[in-house]
Amino acid sequence: MKAQTLYEKLWTSHLVRQEADGTALIYIDRHLVHEVTSPQAFEGLKLAGRKPWRVGSIVATADHNTPTEHWDQGITDPVSRQQVETLDANIRESGALAYFPFKDERQGIVHVIGPEIGAILPGMTVVCGDSHTSTHGAFACLAHGIGTSEVEHVLATQCLLQKRSRTLLIRVEGELQHGVSAKDVVLAIIGVIGTAGGTGYAIEFGGSAIRALSMEGRMTVCNMAIEAGARAGLIAVDETTIDYLKDKPFAPVGALWDQAVDYWRTLHSDDGASFDKEVVLDAATIAPQVTWGTSPEMVAPVGGRVPDPARETDPVKREGITRALKYMGLAPNTLISDIPVDQVFIGSCTNSRIEDLREAAAVAKGRRKAASVKRVLVVPGSGLVKRQAEAEGLDQIFRAAGFEWREPGCSMCLAMNADRLEPGDHCASTSNRNFEGRQGAGGRTHLVSPAMAAAAAVTGRFGDWRELA
Amino acid sequence: MKAFSVLDGLVAPLDRANVDTDAIIPKQFLKSIKRTGFGPNLFDEWRYRDHGEPGEDCSVRPVNPDFVLNQPRYQGARILLTRDNFGCGSSREHAPWALEDFGFQVLIGTSFADIFFSNCFKNGLLPIVLPAAEVDKLFDDCAANEGYCLVVDLGAQTVTRPDGRSLKFEIDAFRKECLLNGWDDIGLTLRHADAIREFESKRRSEHPYYYA
Ligand code: SF4
Repeated sequence: MKAQTLYEKLWTSHLVRQEADGTALIYIDRHLVHEVTSPQAFEGLKLAGRKPWRVGSIVATADHNTPTEHWDQGITDPVSRQQVETLDANIRESGALAYFPFKDERQGIVHVIGPEIGAILPGMTVVCGDSHTSTHGAFACLAHGIGTSEVEHVLATQCLLQKRSRTLLIRVEGELQHGVSAKDVVLAIIGVIGTAGGTGYAIEFGGSAIRALSMEGRMTVCNMAIEAGARAGLIAVDETTIDYLKDKPFAPVGALWDQAVDYWRTLHSDDGASFDKEVVLDAATIAPQVTWGTSPEMVAPVGGRVPDPARETDPVKREGITRALKYMGLAPNTLISDIPVDQVFIGSCTNSRIEDLREAAAVAKGRRKAASVKRVLVVPGSGLVKRQAEAEGLDQIFRAAGFEWREPGCSMCLAMNADRLEPGDHCASTSNRNFEGRQGAGGRTHLVSPAMAAAAAVTGRFGDWRELA
Repeated sequence: MKAFSVLDGLVAPLDRANVDTDAIIPKQFLKSIKRTGFGPNLFDEWRYRDHGEPGEDCSVRPVNPDFVLNQPRYQGARILLTRDNFGCGSSREHAPWALEDFGFQVLIGTSFADIFFSNCFKNGLLPIVLPAAEVDKLFDDCAANEGYCLVVDLGAQTVTRPDGRSLKFEIDAFRKECLLNGWDDIGLTLRHADAIREFESKRRSEHPYYYA
């Protein structure tokens, strides 16, 4: 048989039918649902007199709008509350495999809770009305972010209309320098291929540096595949994947587990499989990264400088750099380490898992928030992460350092709730988007790893956290 | 879904790359549970001088006169001219809803982000990809000529300039059919319900652990 890529294997095993022009019906195994992109879909379904096809595929939670403090007061913003209550009502009416409503002890960011309960299994197709669904590709799942009309389509038909993507293999080979994390790897990749570099592709991440990552690290990488323009990111199954899933509440057990594992072990690209494009990075050359602009591709290694638009020859890019520097309040050629830090956000579906919090806590331990930093928010990705961190005493470390320890949710990743930047504030953020206004109107986001964010909090600058150790 | 066939419309140029969905419709407006009413908040942070919140009367807000869509010559524009990677960022369908609600029916650019691109087709909005040199030319012509209009013919897959020159564009046959006829995807897919059921029962028996 012809050598196949992982993407081809996943695609073929979910293909229900195909139109002459290649438009295909792809069967969906897991449907993650949250409050922001689902109300119009449930409403549309109801108006058309349709019923969900398979509610056993649905895992739902409220995360985008929920507050991260004063849970006893409920959701005070009436518009946010209405959206969360609409989700409650829709799930109550339709049913689901699992629902973690506001205040449930397992509530959290949709992309954190799916994997941690074992509801995301290798070989699945996974969709969610959320672009960071690419996260689940870390489990060798074909995972797509979809729009609300597609949410309705999947609810009604258990299928998604898709065109086959081209395949891009990004190999990161060699050993990462000490203290360089998955976040730095993915930011460096985006710096190389650009935010549109993956458009039209499914990206498979491979190479020895990727294989050496934990599942948390792999999720961080796949999470940001969408920031490179790719709707899906993928990583092959190996022992790390299987070990992670063992004994998770929704993972199979006994004979079913054995049968599943036999199949999962086939979920990798075959030797000799051909990709439409291949990019190779040398792991050893990747330093901790800091974004300086308003797009994730506007990134520099720590110790580097902000670019000078005068040196850019492409006029559209030059204009983009000029506009970004103006918005960010930065002069050309500024040293990254001279950018001020006003706030710090440690959280989001990119970096709010237990491993991320451990990394941040290791830097914060025995240190204090710099006086120039107004606020440091630590927002765990889920209730389970929160309790695990508390069991390890990480919350105490953060509190002792003057950081705020919050309830789980999306929080200041997109600032739909009360957590947001003041105009002009520079924020060291472990999230995934540094777009204008993303963390609050006029806010200036610098994307970094958890260790870099914690270092920014205690030093008040974007220095190399490894020099603190 | 609304059908689309031919449009003769005024063009507005948004001359920047990587316009993201947070810029198209900021998150505070995503709290709505409706599909309509997003037009007044399209490009909210660029269009107005103050910070917008849902439910506000936008007609009394201070506008930014420099923003292209606020300029008198572009009032009533139906075609938005853009650069690379338009619609990048989140999957929010509120972005095409806002563009459509504002009055746009066609977007012309050099590339569109994947999720945004498919969301457009679900809402009767036609995103057209043209080569960079052609897009450059359209930007120049649009800036030089007040009242610059283009004719977009989906059936013929052409964009025709005022001088009569036509540019061909590509589109998937299936998407084209759906858009021309205003077909609802779900209805179309449900015609294959038997095939889906058959696929599902086969999958259930081969991979029972996905159904536990
Ligand atoms: S944490 Fe941020 S990126 Fe992730 S799902 Fe929430 S809002 Fe989206």
